[in-house]
Amino acid sequence: MDAAWVPLLLSLKVAGCATLLNLFLGVGAGFALARYRFPGRDLLDAVLTLPMVLPPTVLGYYLLVLIGKKGPLGAWLFDHFGIQLIFTWQGAVIAATLVAFPLVLKSARAAFEGVDPQLERAARVLGLGEWAVFFRVSLPMAWRGILAGVLLAFARALGEFGATLMVAGSIPGRTQTLSVAVYEAVQAGQDDTANFLVLITSLTCILVLLSAGRLAPARPLA
Amino acid sequence: MSAVFDVQIQKTVRSGARRFELDLHFKTTAQRTVIYGPSGAGKSLTLQAIAGLLKPDAGQIVVQGQTLFDAKQSLDVPSRMRGFGYLFQDYALFPHLNVRQNIAFGLRRGWLNPPAAVAEPEVQRWLQAFELEAVAGQRPHELSGGQRQRTALARALVNQPRALLLDEPFAALDPELRARMREELLALLDRLQIPMLMITHDPEDLACFGQVKLLIAEGRIQS
Repeated sequence: MDAAWVPLLLSLKVAGCATLLNLFLGVGAGFALARYRFPGRDLLDAVLTLPMVLPPTVLGYYLLVLIGKKGPLGAWLFDHFGIQLIFTWQGAVIAATLVAFPLVLKSARAAFEGVDPQLERAARVLGLGEWAVFFRVSLPMAWRGILAGVLLAFARALGEFGATLMVAGSIPGRTQTLSVAVYEAVQAGQDDTANFLVLITSLTCILVLLSAGRLAPARPLA
Repeated sequence: MSAVFDVQIQKTVRSGARRFELDLHFKTTAQRTVIYGPSGAGKSLTLQAIAGLLKPDAGQIVVQGQTLFDAKQSLDVPSRMRGFGYLFQDYALFPHLNVRQNIAFGLRRGWLNPPAAVAEPEVQRWLQAFELEAVAGQRPHELSGGQRQRTALARALVNQPRALLLDEPFAALDPELRARMREELLALLDRLQIPMLMITHDPEDLACFGQVKLLIAEGRIQS
């Protein structure tokens, strides 16, 4: 049964890193989409939301094409830094980040759109620069909505299967995450391991959803 | 003596199929100027342009001898450096901060809001002057209309602005409170000797504050 903790810890590490990345990427992109009008904004929003609706295997394929050894980014990284992402846990992080990204983006955009632009104007007149306006007005007003989305993204990253399997494979102890381990255990007929893995996965996700639910009815007066 | 406000701007605003043209030209040397007109006449746009919240297409804005905007020179002083006190129609108090923090907001320019117990002497002085000490720790939604307005005024004045820009300052108040707050503001302006520009559609505001009265309609000054 000890073997079950390895994929759990790996999954938590991968999902944690992916969520941290998405916190910056999703909040930044969500703020830009909420506050700035530019040509192609709707198209950009659609493209960035694509990972939510595309099959994970399609996303995994895109990633393989991009960061695989022969892919433009993958080849560049390998030639200049000797970095190889395919079949590594960092590759799994990239897959999980991509798949969960729209959840943070959507909630961040909605949360920032709910902030009265008049408050940001008031802060500017009072002498604040744009970064200070963001950190002192926009973000504190929107953080509840953002955090709910971040928790959902964490749960989604934790359960990621398809894209992860294609990009990172299933190397026990190195890239075999929880959801991949469940699949392998069932395939190998190890019902005890499968039961245990399924149980801890479910419990973890219920915990995350409960926390997200407490945050979701975003009180604007946080 | 240079004019307090010397404004000459054009701006075309589009929203959907509607198109609104602002073409303003006015110069005033009075301490108290009121721009009066119906809603939709371009009053708020005017105030926003002066404060640097809206960029005109052409023209220039000179306040107390300092050029804040000049399209020909591509000069556009950012809002935060223009040094105005702006009283928004709905006051735009920060709902996530208490009265004390709202007033102290502009005293700190960094990335962090003032702490809940902020006690700079200027903040204390305005809390006392506006009788807000009892509610200093409360959030804006817990305040009465008059307290909200006083908090917003204190927040604007604590930065020692060069002039006050007032957007329909009494519209959000009950009628009986309006008369009292007008007197309060008038006394305050006399005491501080700070110039002001008010926009309003309320004839009583015009009568009470307008040393110079400008009428605006369809984006143009009429008199």
